[in-house]
Amino acid sequence: MTIPFNNPDRPNSYIGKTVPRPNASKLVQGRGRYVDDIVLPRMLHVAFSRAPVAHAKIGKIDVDEAKAVKGVLRVFTGKDLAEVCTPWVAVLAHLKGLKSPPEHPLAVDRACWVGEPVVAVVATTRAAAEEAASLVMVDYEDLPVVTDTMTALDKDTPVIHPELGDNLAFRRLHEEGDVDAVFETAHKVVSASFRTARHTGVTLEPRSILVDWNPAEGQMTAYHATQAPHMMQTVFAKHLDIPESRVRVICGDVGGSYGIKVHVYPDEVATAAIAKVMGRPIKFIADRLESYTTDIHARDHEIEAKIAVDADGKILAMDVDDWTGIGPYSVYPRTSAIEGNQVVNLCGGPYDFANYRAQTTVVFQNKTPTCQYRAVGHPIAVAITEGLVDMAAAAIGMDPVEIRRRNMYADDAYPVTSPAKMKFEGLSHHASMDKLMEMMDYDALRAGQAEARKKGKYRGIGIASFIELTNPSPFMYGIGGARISAQDGCTVRMDPDGSVVALSGVTEQGQGTEAMLSQVVAEGVGVKPTNVRVITGDTQVTPYGGGTWASRGAGIGGEAALQAAKALRNSILEVAAAMLQADAGKLDIRDGQVVDMDSGEERMPLEELGRIVYFRGDTLPKDLPRELVQTRHFITMEYPFAFTNGVQASYLEVDTDTGVVTLLKHWCIEDCGRVINPQLVDEQIRGGIVQGLGGALYEEIHYDEDGQLLNGSMADYLVPMAAEMPDMQVGHVETPTKESELGAKGAGEAGTAGAPAAVMNAINDALRPLGAQVTEMPFTPERILRALGKIND
Amino acid sequence: MKASAGGYARAESVGHALDLLAGSDGQGRVLAGGQSLIAAMNMRLSFGDLLVDISKLSELSGVVVEGDTLRIGALTRHAQVGADPLAKTHAPLLTDAVSHIAHAAIRNRGTIGGALAHADPAAEFPACALALGSTIHAEGPGGARDIPAEDFFEDVFTTALNEDEILTAISLPVAEEDEVQILEEVARRSGDYALVGLCLVKRTAGHRVSLFSVGPKPILAVGAMAALDAGDLDTALDALSAEIDPPSDTQASAAYRRHLAGVLLSRAVARLKGDTA
Repeated sequence: MTIPFNNPDRPNSYIGKTVPRPNASKLVQGRGRYVDDIVLPRMLHVAFSRAPVAHAKIGKIDVDEAKAVKGVLRVFTGKDLAEVCTPWVAVLAHLKGLKSPPEHPLAVDRACWVGEPVVAVVATTRAAAEEAASLVMVDYEDLPVVTDTMTALDKDTPVIHPELGDNLAFRRLHEEGDVDAVFETAHKVVSASFRTARHTGVTLEPRSILVDWNPAEGQMTAYHATQAPHMMQTVFAKHLDIPESRVRVICGDVGGSYGIKVHVYPDEVATAAIAKVMGRPIKFIADRLESYTTDIHARDHEIEAKIAVDADGKILAMDVDDWTGIGPYSVYPRTSAIEGNQVVNLCGGPYDFANYRAQTTVVFQNKTPTCQYRAVGHPIAVAITEGLVDMAAAAIGMDPVEIRRRNMYADDAYPVTSPAKMKFEGLSHHASMDKLMEMMDYDALRAGQAEARKKGKYRGIGIASFIELTNPSPFMYGIGGARISAQDGCTVRMDPDGSVVALSGVTEQGQGTEAMLSQVVAEGVGVKPTNVRVITGDTQVTPYGGGTWASRGAGIGGEAALQAAKALRNSILEVAAAMLQADAGKLDIRDGQVVDMDSGEERMPLEELGRIVYFRGDTLPKDLPRELVQTRHFITMEYPFAFTNGVQASYLEVDTDTGVVTLLKHWCIEDCGRVINPQLVDEQIRGGIVQGLGGALYEEIHYDEDGQLLNGSMADYLVPMAAEMPDMQVGHVETPTKESELGAKGAGEAGTAGAPAAVMNAINDALRPLGAQVTEMPFTPERILRALGKIND
Repeated sequence: MKASAGGYARAESVGHALDLLAGSDGQGRVLAGGQSLIAAMNMRLSFGDLLVDISKLSELSGVVVEGDTLRIGALTRHAQVGADPLAKTHAPLLTDAVSHIAHAAIRNRGTIGGALAHADPAAEFPACALALGSTIHAEGPGGARDIPAEDFFEDVFTTALNEDEILTAISLPVAEEDEVQILEEVARRSGDYALVGLCLVKRTAGHRVSLFSVGPKPILAVGAMAALDAGDLDTALDALSAEIDPPSDTQASAAYRRHLAGVLLSRAVARLKGDTA
């Protein structure tokens, strides 16, 4: 049976409706179970003595005073753990030329960034462990520090890892068409420098892990706040020399991830290694300062870019030179080359043009390592592309909406391949733009802007079209040799009371995965969502899967759940048909009742069927299958990624005396294919927008030239907060992917992808009459006033 | 991080608190609302403190008018100051200031005495105390003493208060009938410490201008005050620029803060004249 999605009145029509989240009341009542809520018998705590300098040779380590602290049981150095844990090298075969040195759970000979774990102290309480960690004495012999990205490859810059030859981690040049020739003859060429600040994800729950090694069973159990339990299972098994089957990773409630919790962190591996050595459960919960110095950073890019357009505003060529500094190590196992690679893949994304050159240069430096964080590369690529498009429009005197309409791929052009060689199955740029214009009443807003300007108010409207990469295939990681699953599975079973349990390989990070799964399964089987219990995040229990990243939960995990649910439905109906002496094809399941398909007449509740199958199976025909557990897996095959698209708009006011930006309103139209739960999708979009607005206006990690982090607290690293956030209106166009029956693509990163560019364009729209322009994020009051020439140093 | 306190004692009276401080061998720290001290301890910026908890001393809390003086007990919480009708009538600058101080949870616990004694150069209340010509009341082993606000703030987190003294109250002249009190500040986000803040008071005796977040302590801009008394805003702006020495940090450069101070003075003066732009 195929689901008639176009009929909202169909039976069990939960897909496409706002269904309450099954875990919401648990979390609101404080009944969630996060790693730090778990207390095991004989559990110990580990705290780390971390490098206070950005680059130093590690000399003598004196742990006598630390060991004397009451409650301290053991102290481990890098050499100690190197004996029980092999180092890792974060490279992938398909990222040609990517290099990175081996990294240990604790630094062995050298510390390479402020915050790198050097010595681990294990004690009966976190307080004692911390107290002792502060008494560990390490002789650090300073080495030259590399902090600047743009000079990292200069001849006179010290090489951080001499064995690698230079500070270049990765470089990729992509060229399509004859870029130089076009720029030489084009009607108009506009160029600009862009900068995106170093960010981090600031999860509400910090990184957390509790590892228990049971020598009697030879089994390791890691309670871990992670996005990818199966990936971590492989990592622990491989580097701690345990059979993969003897590592169980359990991921309960997680307080936000945003990509931060999908990477391998040395202190977490150290925790696992120590648990194995000591044979006792070891807990590590990062505090906020540790989060700032050791959670992955991201988005630290400097870009020179230019665009060529003809007199009609048609884009002829784009040329992008992107640089990023990733810290001293590529992060395991996804690598730190992906973000730069994404910039190359995504620039110019919405537009139909022929000549494209982009290069990313990824360098080592002595700062916290960077890696994938929500909307990886997208906010950078969208800022470059949309910034240039707006500048080109202004240069030829064209409305920014009009220039986009003249260049976006036609809605009936698909499938197409972009100049970056990305394959688009089906996008809706024009329909989305039309809907945005209507929703924001663009013309009225422009009139209002002109009125405000007469009163001396500088308001701006910014538009940003974007594409978003979702539902990744093995082309993202697996092809490069990483054991990161792109397929995912779901097992659905019916219990005797007629209720349904779904076990899925995708995970819940607080974003609503379990709600999405419950309604997909409810519709697929024919029960109420409240009768579906969802279990995720346990490698010993759920089908093998990739977890949650790259906006894959609904598109991949949702389809597996739908197919498993439909298979269970068929199994149930097969039994029901035998019991009712009816044709299975003429029966249906609605609201937990077996009914006649045509009349809807109730024939039997599922609990009666459950009673018979589980307790009176003797009354059923001997050869009748009664398999009320079904598992299905899903992987995308036709496209490497399911691209989505959308367009955002920002309306804001700039105080040209103080430089302060006030956000007045924000809009987003996006197309994630089939919308499974409108409220969840809208809030994903809003949350993503807020994260993007943070990048546009507030968030920036500062280092001094010695590589010292200057703002490692919530008071100094400014995240967006409710009072400054504008009203956000969200709308959708739905172009389902044909790769799956569900038709869902990802929605988790669209908001973050487009918001910074929309704000940048709106600020520059406001400043344009004053001849000023900003391209360096975040757009602080000071940067805006400097652009206006109002600050005298 | 986990705090490392050297000890804790709850004071039964001001006298008891003074005894505890006297017996603490210089390690005593007065705990009132704890909104700065506990955070500092949790970052291990301060450790080994013997905490003397005065938060239960109800005699140190409350707002009263005594003749032409408004007196606010040291333990009066920010939220109480903000909602107090006497404060609103007689010192509207303080009411205004409260809405800029941090967030509701912090305002519900933080105390005005704690804010003054902590002397954060970016905080609102110390600058308000300067602008309003307040008197800080303290008690110590030698008895009570009154310290003019202008002599009270000495440096970053440093005041004229001795280690064995406790700040008990602040008093200030009640606002005259035509008095105008204005607070202007720019912060990156609502509730953040100001990048620059400015208080402007106009009373019969003349203008009073104080600033916060422009140096190691809140300052009274006497040059700008004199120029405003003479009715010359341009001279006041020049004078202001000369009498502040703002810091540079990750949020703003000194040059930006200097610019902002001028903008805020212009805006405050415009509001004084009834111009809301």
